[in-house]
Amino acid sequence: MAHNDGDDVHAHAHAHLHHQPQDLPQVLVIRPPLSFSNFQSQYSHKFQFLKAWESPLPLDQFLTTRANSVQAMLSTVSYPVTACVLCLLPSLRLIVTPSAGLNHIDFDECRSRGIRVANAGNLNSEDVADVAVGLLIDLLRKISAADRYVRQGLWASTGDYPLGSKLGGKRVGIVGLGSIGLEVAKRLEAFGCIILYNSRKEKPFVSYPFYSNVVELAANSDALVICCELNDQTRHMIDKEVMLALGKKGVLINVGRGAILDEKVMVWCLVQGEIGGAGLDVFENEPDVPKELFALDNVVLSPHQASLTSESSKALCELLVANLEAFFSNKPLISPVMND
Amino acid sequence: MAHGIIHSHLPRVLVVRPPESFSLYQSQYSHKFHFLKAWETSLTLDQFLSTHARNVQAMLSCGISPIKADLLCHLPSLRLVVTPSSGLNHIDLSECRRRGVAVAYAGSVASCDVADLAVGLLIDVLRKISVADRYVKQGLGASKTSYPIPLGSKLKGKRIGIIGLGSIGQEVATRLEAFGCSISYNSRKQKPSFSYPFYSSVFELATNSDALVICCGLSDQTHHLINKEVLLALGKEGVIINVGRGAIIDEKEMVQCLVQGDIGGAGLDVFENEPNVPKELFALDNVVLSPHRAAFTHETLASMRELAVGNLEAFFLNKPLLSQVMDN
Repeated sequence: MAHNDGDDVHAHAHAHLHHQPQDLPQVLVIRPPLSFSNFQSQYSHKFQFLKAWESPLPLDQFLTTRANSVQAMLSTVSYPVTACVLCLLPSLRLIVTPSAGLNHIDFDECRSRGIRVANAGNLNSEDVADVAVGLLIDLLRKISAADRYVRQGLWASTGDYPLGSKLGGKRVGIVGLGSIGLEVAKRLEAFGCIILYNSRKEKPFVSYPFYSNVVELAANSDALVICCELNDQTRHMIDKEVMLALGKKGVLINVGRGAILDEKVMVWCLVQGEIGGAGLDVFENEPDVPKELFALDNVVLSPHQASLTSESSKALCELLVANLEAFFSNKPLISPVMND
Repeated sequence: MAHGIIHSHLPRVLVVRPPESFSLYQSQYSHKFHFLKAWETSLTLDQFLSTHARNVQAMLSCGISPIKADLLCHLPSLRLVVTPSSGLNHIDLSECRRRGVAVAYAGSVASCDVADLAVGLLIDVLRKISVADRYVKQGLGASKTSYPIPLGSKLKGKRIGIIGLGSIGQEVATRLEAFGCSISYNSRKQKPSFSYPFYSSVFELATNSDALVICCGLSDQTHHLINKEVLLALGKEGVIINVGRGAIIDEKEMVQCLVQGDIGGAGLDVFENEPNVPKELFALDNVVLSPHRAAFTHETLASMRELAVGNLEAFFLNKPLLSQVMDN
C-alpha cells in the first residue's frame, strides 16, 4: 500500500515534471532577433529559450555554465556567430537564422564542426524585391522628396516640384540574380525596364544580358540594384570604379548587405554628385547611417526593413520553428542551407 | 498689329497661360509658329483677345486653366484647341463641339508615367518607405532591438480595385500583376477583352478590395464618386491611391476618414484645390503626398510637346490631327 502511494506520488511528480520547461528542448538565444516576442509568446510551450542577454553573467561564462549541452541556437543578424562563440558550444548541431543572409555566421567553422544551418530560404524574397523596386521608383520619380516638399507647404508657396525621370527604357543592372534578383527583374520588366545582370555564374535559363564584370555592368546601366549576399568575393565589390562607371545620373539601390558597397566612397560620390542617387536598406555598421546622407534629397534611407512585413514576420517564425521541430524529431530540416 | 506684321508668315497659336516648360516650346518651335502670349501683356485678357486674337485659329492650352464658353466667345475664328494633357475636364467639350472647334490632347503618352507613380505611391504606403526615410533622417533609425515604425504590409495577394480601366488603369494592372496582386475594376462599361472581375458598383469594388487606385477622368459622373460610403467599405486596413483628379474623391470625407483611422492610408497625387493640400494630412504617417507630378517626367513632357506641336502642324497643313478627342 505504502509502495503504491509512493508510486502514485512518484508518477504524479513525473507527470508534473513532463510539463516543466526544463524538459523542453533547449534553444540558445544570445541576442534576440526582432521577431523574438513572437517566438516567446507562441512557442514557449515547445522550447526552452536560453536567453543569454537576460543573464548577469558575461557571455562566455553563461555559455560555459548554461549552454554546454545546447544543440540548437536561434541567431540574429545583428550578432555574429563567430568561431569564438562556436567553440564555447560543444554540443551545438543546428543554427536557425531569421534571414536569407548568412554573412553573420562563420559558415566554414560550422561546416567543420558538423553544425547545420537553416535560414529563411526564399520566404522574404518578394518583400525585399518590392522594397527594391519601391526605392527605385522613389528615386527616379522623387516621391519622398516631393512628399517632404508638400508637407513643408512649399507647393502652395514656391510652385511646381522639379520633374522626375521615366522608368520605361531605363537599363537596370541587377547584381546577384538569385531569388531576390529574379523577383526584382520580373517586376521591373512590367515597367518597361531593360534588365542586365552580374552574378557569380551566368544563368542559362534567363535571357537577360550577362556581364561578368561589375564595372562593365555599371557602365551600361542607368541603375544598379544590389541583391547579392555578402561574402569574401562581394565585400566592397561596388567600389569607386563601379560608382564612377555608373555615373552622375546613375542610381544605386542596395537591399543586400551594407558592406557590399564601399560606403565611405559612396557617401563621397553622393555628396560630390558623382552618382545621381541612392536607395539604401542596409549599411556597413547598422544601425549607424552616415549623417552626410540625411540632407540629401536624392537619397532614400530604409532601416533594414525590406524583408519585414507583418505577414512575412509571422511566416518566418513558423518556418524557423518548423526547422527546430524537425531537428529535435530527427527529421529532415525544412530550409537547410546547402553547401555550394 | 505690330506683332502680326513681324511674324505674319508663321501660323499663329494663342497661349493664354503657358503650359509647363513653355520656354522649350518657344526655343524649339518659334520658327514654326508665332505664339501669341496673352499673359505677357499689360492688357486685360478680354482686351488682348479682341485686339490680337480675332483671327486666331489654334490655341495651345496649359492643361489646367478652363477653356469654356466665356473664353471661346472671344475667339470667333478658333478651330483647334491643343492641350498637352491627357485630362480634359478643364475643357468644355460640348461647347467646343457646338462651335466646330476640334480638340487634340496627349492621348496615352503619359499613361506609363502615371501608372508608375500610382504603383510607387502604393508601395510607399504599404511598405512605409517615405515615413521610414523621414525617421532615419531624423536620426531615429532602427536600434538593434526595436523599429521606430510598425511593420509594413506585403503586396503579394493584395486585392486591387482599379477605378477606370482606360490606358492608365491597364498599365497599373499590368504592373501590379507582376507583384502578385489580384486585379478587379470598375469602369463606365465592362471591358470584355480583359479577364479581370468587373464591378458595376464602386461600393462593392471597395468592399472587396484592399486598395483602390483611381485612374479615371473627372466628369459629372465621377465627381465625388469616392464618398464616405465607399471609403468606409474600403475599411480600416484599406488604402486609396489617386492619380486621376482630386474631385473624384470627396476630399473632406477622406481627410476625416484618415484622421479617424476609418481607412488605412492614402497616396495622393491630385487634390480638389491644388496646390492647396489639407493640412491635417501633414501630420499623418500613413499618407504620401505628391504635388501633381504623375505625368511629369522630362521624357514625357518632351513627348507631350512633340505631340502637341505635331497636332498643330497637321492642322495648319490641313492634315488629320494626330490625337483628336473623339466623341463617345
